[in-house]
Amino acid sequence: MTKLIVDGTEVDVPAEYTLLQACEVAGAEIPRFCFHERLSIAGNCRMCLVELKGAPKPVASCAYAVKDCRPGPNGEPPEILTRSGTTKKAREGVMEFLLINHPLDCPICDQGGHCDLQDQAMAYGVDSTRYGENKRAVEEKYIGPLVRTAMNRCIHCTRCVRFLAEVAGVPDLGAIGRGEDMEITSYLESAMGSELQGNVADLCPVGALVHKPQSYEVRPWELSKTESIDVMDAVGCAIRVDARGREVMQIEPRVNEDINEEWISDKTRHAVDGLRAQRLDRPYLRENGRLRPASWGEAFAAIAAKTKAADPKRVGAIVGDLAAVEEIYALKTLMGSLGVTNLDCRQAGEAIDPAWGRAAYTFNPTIPGIEEADAILLVGTNPRLEASLLNVRIRKRWRMAPLAVGLIGEAVDLTYPHTYLGAGPETLADIAAGKHSFAEVLRAASRPLVIVGTGALARPDGAAILSAAAKLAGEIGAVTAEWNGFAVLQTAAARVGALDLGFVPGEGALTLAQMAEPGALDVMFNLGADEVEIGAGAFVVYQGTHGDRGATRADVILPGAAYTEKNATFVNLEGRVQTTNRAGFPPGDAREDWAILRALSDVLGKRLAFDSLGALRRALYAEYPHFAALDAVAASDVAATVETLAGLGGEPSRSAFAPAVPDFYLTNAVARASRVLAECSSLARTRGLEAAE
Amino acid sequence: MANRRLAPASEQPASFAFSSENAEWAKGQIEKYPEGRQASAVIPLLWKAQEQNGGWLPQKAIEAVAAELGMPHIRVLEVATFYTMFALEPVGRFWIQLCGTVPCDSCGARELKGYLQDRLGPPGHVSADGNFSWLEVECLGACCNAPMAQINQDYYEDLTPDLLGKLMDDLAAGRPVTIGSQVGRTSSEPKGGADTLTDETLFDGSRVGAWRKRFEDQAAKSDDADGKAEAASSEQRAANDPKPAKPDSGRAAEKPPADAPAQRAASGEIPVKSGDAADAADPKESTAQPNKPAPSAPEIIAKAEAAGAEAGTQSDLPRNEPPPQPAVSGASPDAAAPKPKKPSVAKTPAAPKTEEN
Repeated sequence: MTKLIVDGTEVDVPAEYTLLQACEVAGAEIPRFCFHERLSIAGNCRMCLVELKGAPKPVASCAYAVKDCRPGPNGEPPEILTRSGTTKKAREGVMEFLLINHPLDCPICDQGGHCDLQDQAMAYGVDSTRYGENKRAVEEKYIGPLVRTAMNRCIHCTRCVRFLAEVAGVPDLGAIGRGEDMEITSYLESAMGSELQGNVADLCPVGALVHKPQSYEVRPWELSKTESIDVMDAVGCAIRVDARGREVMQIEPRVNEDINEEWISDKTRHAVDGLRAQRLDRPYLRENGRLRPASWGEAFAAIAAKTKAADPKRVGAIVGDLAAVEEIYALKTLMGSLGVTNLDCRQAGEAIDPAWGRAAYTFNPTIPGIEEADAILLVGTNPRLEASLLNVRIRKRWRMAPLAVGLIGEAVDLTYPHTYLGAGPETLADIAAGKHSFAEVLRAASRPLVIVGTGALARPDGAAILSAAAKLAGEIGAVTAEWNGFAVLQTAAARVGALDLGFVPGEGALTLAQMAEPGALDVMFNLGADEVEIGAGAFVVYQGTHGDRGATRADVILPGAAYTEKNATFVNLEGRVQTTNRAGFPPGDAREDWAILRALSDVLGKRLAFDSLGALRRALYAEYPHFAALDAVAASDVAATVETLAGLGGEPSRSAFAPAVPDFYLTNAVARASRVLAECSSLARTRGLEAAE
Repeated sequence: MANRRLAPASEQPASFAFSSENAEWAKGQIEKYPEGRQASAVIPLLWKAQEQNGGWLPQKAIEAVAAELGMPHIRVLEVATFYTMFALEPVGRFWIQLCGTVPCDSCGARELKGYLQDRLGPPGHVSADGNFSWLEVECLGACCNAPMAQINQDYYEDLTPDLLGKLMDDLAAGRPVTIGSQVGRTSSEPKGGADTLTDETLFDGSRVGAWRKRFEDQAAKSDDADGKAEAASSEQRAANDPKPAKPDSGRAAEKPPADAPAQRAASGEIPVKSGDAADAADPKESTAQPNKPAPSAPEIIAKAEAAGAEAGTQSDLPRNEPPPQPAVSGASPDAAAPKPKKPSVAKTPAAPKTEEN
């Protein structure tokens, strides 16, 4: 630790801190543009200049280490002045230079109101300009469908370039030319190829890069901001939902060091327009083969008539990818009171049984734990598309120190170097048998991590593969007292919560695939499962938000609330319990899902024992106490589960692992309704075809 | 400097690949850098690609270099657009890079610019006959011979519009041209020829011993009594009028270095450790030349003369020897120096050489 005097306050900071960090510890505010905590230091905007006593000129505090400061003549600690005349003058000078070429178009700039340059010009600039020449003019660039450019406004901080190269791992942007002619662009103005590209517009301290889909739509001061959780994948990123009135206008990332740090994927961000399109805003009833709008009463009466007539053995319930814990709990309780045991939440057909233990379906090392791993084996998963932010964490780990990553499955670009081992279960068997050189790497590692993806589990021999992977994990010492190196990577936000609730077939009951077969059931309750083909015969009650595949097959549609329209609990792939907050009300007659089920239970004569969300949660917490511990991951006995799994045995087939997420941008009903994501999807497809050529 | 962009698609060749010879050369360049640092070879490779492609870099060459070095395309484009030495659009057979930075500008680069503008049109365009294209660039580092231009690989200096026009005509016609100064000066010496170190006695050995002789003469001439009186008066002055304090005497006393021979001696220790002394005495540790009698000054001068006689050749004077004693400026009239003569041009090249040692 090194002593330092900042504006007369003595602070004691680690020697490797920069002056900027030291000033922040001392409570002094340092303006900055190019500096960002999670990116490398560029030191090119010069806004963070401070006066360092003894230095001949102001120093850029973001790039000057505390350990490089020299003590005073009598050994006093180095002294930094952030409010001195020199510092003020330096900041004013830098700001004047930055504003020389920056257009005065704040009134038509989307960044207006949350612009760093605007704010800092107010705080640290001068009131007028001395510059009388023509300003620089720069052509607009096309860098993709999600980010609009206004390059006149660029101040060359290079945050976007550094983000893509360092965090996203897709070096698509660069700065061409030099001096005054420096311009930020992609190679020949091709679209950026990252699934995290929206973050560059967040990072841009000025209005040079702004979000294209919502350009000219919103002003930050007219939005109500609600902190919530994303459900586009199972990672559960922290988001802020910005709504104007009832309508969600944009989704921005929120800092959560344990999950997404401060990035979100493009799907999370731009699914917003999907929340407006294709919405179910009233109940529908199928009559003579056609769906017609109906009242809640009519819809409930039709369901009650069919359900009461059906044998509970020929009634089933399935849960989709976006359902929250509350409604799954309500549905499970209702089905239990009806005597129905045909329950299933494993929409993709994953071979997972909660009876094996919680560790059999969660990401046990947790996301921050990835940073401790020293060898990673990916089995049938492409984390870049299945859990983008988890992939960012693996990349972060790789950037910290060399990391051996082996991939079994589809050969893909993970954004960090990895060893491609093979395509199917045979490779896994080879590694387990020590026939493959990567086996030694895993055995030599002190904290190896085996990640099994949905692509390996969602197949008939999934249990055998899971067993083989668990056996391998046990053999290489992945599970010890202080390290949980066995992980299952889920892709659906609802899955872990539903499995925690035990929403799986009871003794001798039908699985989802069996229920979906034609004629298997008389009545099927479908809670938002859109990715499953339901055969003819059953009377399908679809409860969901969008007129997607599930609604097309439905006989009765009950309009529910999307994740931004309800207070709901989700459990992410780590098993971390988080809640969303309501940013607006559901459209039209749509209601919160638990309330629909509560109302339906009344009509079915099996009234659920809760009348409010609070009562529901009390009942839920009483039955499943771990849901009460928000933002925490309940400990589970990984070693025992891995042993159980290893004991399952079974013979895997020889077919290659299929990708669990064939189209990143169109994985659920909300995303499929989004026009923006459809454009991204078609662009990604074209790029894929071009790459294949 | 205008915005630098790749040439339009209509001018881009359909493909680019290094010739086998250049590919071999490129491999050698890449091998210079340690594993994982291959991208360091980007500038040599781009330059070679430009050379192979008739003086400019097409898009495909940038992509080929990127593939060769495992770099993203944009990173190579960044380098290619940063340096004006990479031409991104087709250039003439002779590509004129005219320096327009301050020293050249003040020596007449603006007239040259006007001339090129008149003769070839705006910069960046190839002349109709395909012979020339031109560009104004920043300093090329030949300011002493301003104004100058680089044409393909060579520098042409001391230009005037007339000289440049003639040079371009000669180049176009394939006639031999002089590289370097166009007004006949040798490298970067003054335009009228050398005006320092022109005294021939510096180089003919007649000055040997003159310096010492002057002091001996002076010492003999001066009166002993005068010297004593002066010494006494200066002692008196020092006593009456002590020297002012050092400018930093008001500062806190700096700690003397903790471990120096002087400190050790003061505190009664042995100033130099015996081990260190032994090390220092080790001839293997010595940085001095192995014992070899130094050649005497007349020998050196004789050598220099022999070398200087062949105009333009380099002196083979030993670089680690002391130079011959230069003349003391304002030498006393009784120094045994003949009157300076205008030196012959042929001898001068050796002179700066000995001087700079």
